[in-house]
Amino acid sequence: MNGPEIYCTIFGFELTETIVNTWIIMAIAFVIFYLLTRNLKAEGRPGKAQIIGETIVTTMDNLVGSTMGKDKMRFGAYMLSLMMFLVFCNVSGFIGLRAPTADLNVTFTLAIMTFCMIHFNSIRSVGLKHYAKEYIEPLPFLLPINILEQFTLPLSMGFRLFGNMTGGVIIMGLVYAGLTEMMFLGLVIPVPLHFYFDGFVAALQSFVFTMLTMVFVAKGIDQ
Amino acid sequence: MESSILSFLSQFDGLTIVKAASAIGAGLAMIAGIGPGIGQGFAGGKAAEAVGMRPDSQGDIIKTMLIGAAVAETCGIFGLIVALILLFANPLLG
Repeated sequence: MNGPEIYCTIFGFELTETIVNTWIIMAIAFVIFYLLTRNLKAEGRPGKAQIIGETIVTTMDNLVGSTMGKDKMRFGAYMLSLMMFLVFCNVSGFIGLRAPTADLNVTFTLAIMTFCMIHFNSIRSVGLKHYAKEYIEPLPFLLPINILEQFTLPLSMGFRLFGNMTGGVIIMGLVYAGLTEMMFLGLVIPVPLHFYFDGFVAALQSFVFTMLTMVFVAKGIDQ
Repeated sequence: MESSILSFLSQFDGLTIVKAASAIGAGLAMIAGIGPGIGQGFAGGKAAEAVGMRPDSQGDIIKTMLIGAAVAETCGIFGLIVALILLFANPLLG
């Protein structure tokens, strides 16, 4: 079992499998969302594509409204983008790509973005003084533990997504390595496993990552 | 007893023993999977109870349960990361 393959090195920058797969996924996502959002109509009968697109946006807006509160609806766009990126990345195992989220660089980038969002929005909403006061509560000597807690959050979020997706990639790799001898069983056995690892776990983990981002950002703003 | 084990081990290359110990350690690290199993099962059971009592708020219950289960999963995932590091990116092999 290897990590993402390195295709070539350009001026010290490694072009890995993760980056190329992300480009492919971006192209697919771009085409799908272009088809969904073309010919939008505010009046008259909307097309099928518009209905699907509006359903996705409305569902996510309702989720943001019920999880973060009605006053934080401005995060809806970011959360929908995050969710869609994660869903497309995680289900890419269905078309034989190695999921980009099975790479620590991608998951930690997303986790650090969440970390920055939490602290920036927290400082902007409660003010620097109140924000700093949170660290010495309930008792001042708990300061190191409170600081440690803030840095464990992106660590656990990044590792959770990475661990789940990498576990799936490794198990599928072992199954395919073990099935090379069997002709017909080799066609049947991977199918339910693909539906579990690339369908169920993938959708669940994208939902969980987005939900945790929403919960922690809302908690930081409301503290 | 101790000296016989040591003399048995000393007939192998040092690197081989490190590799074998790393494989055993990776297996032991995955024992951490017990904790999330119990925790997620408990969360799922409680969620089933809650849905039985209040079937109309099923959506909220499932959402809360998934968050709790995901947080409970963290220590198991850390165990998995330790096992992966021991198997594929072992720092002890230098």
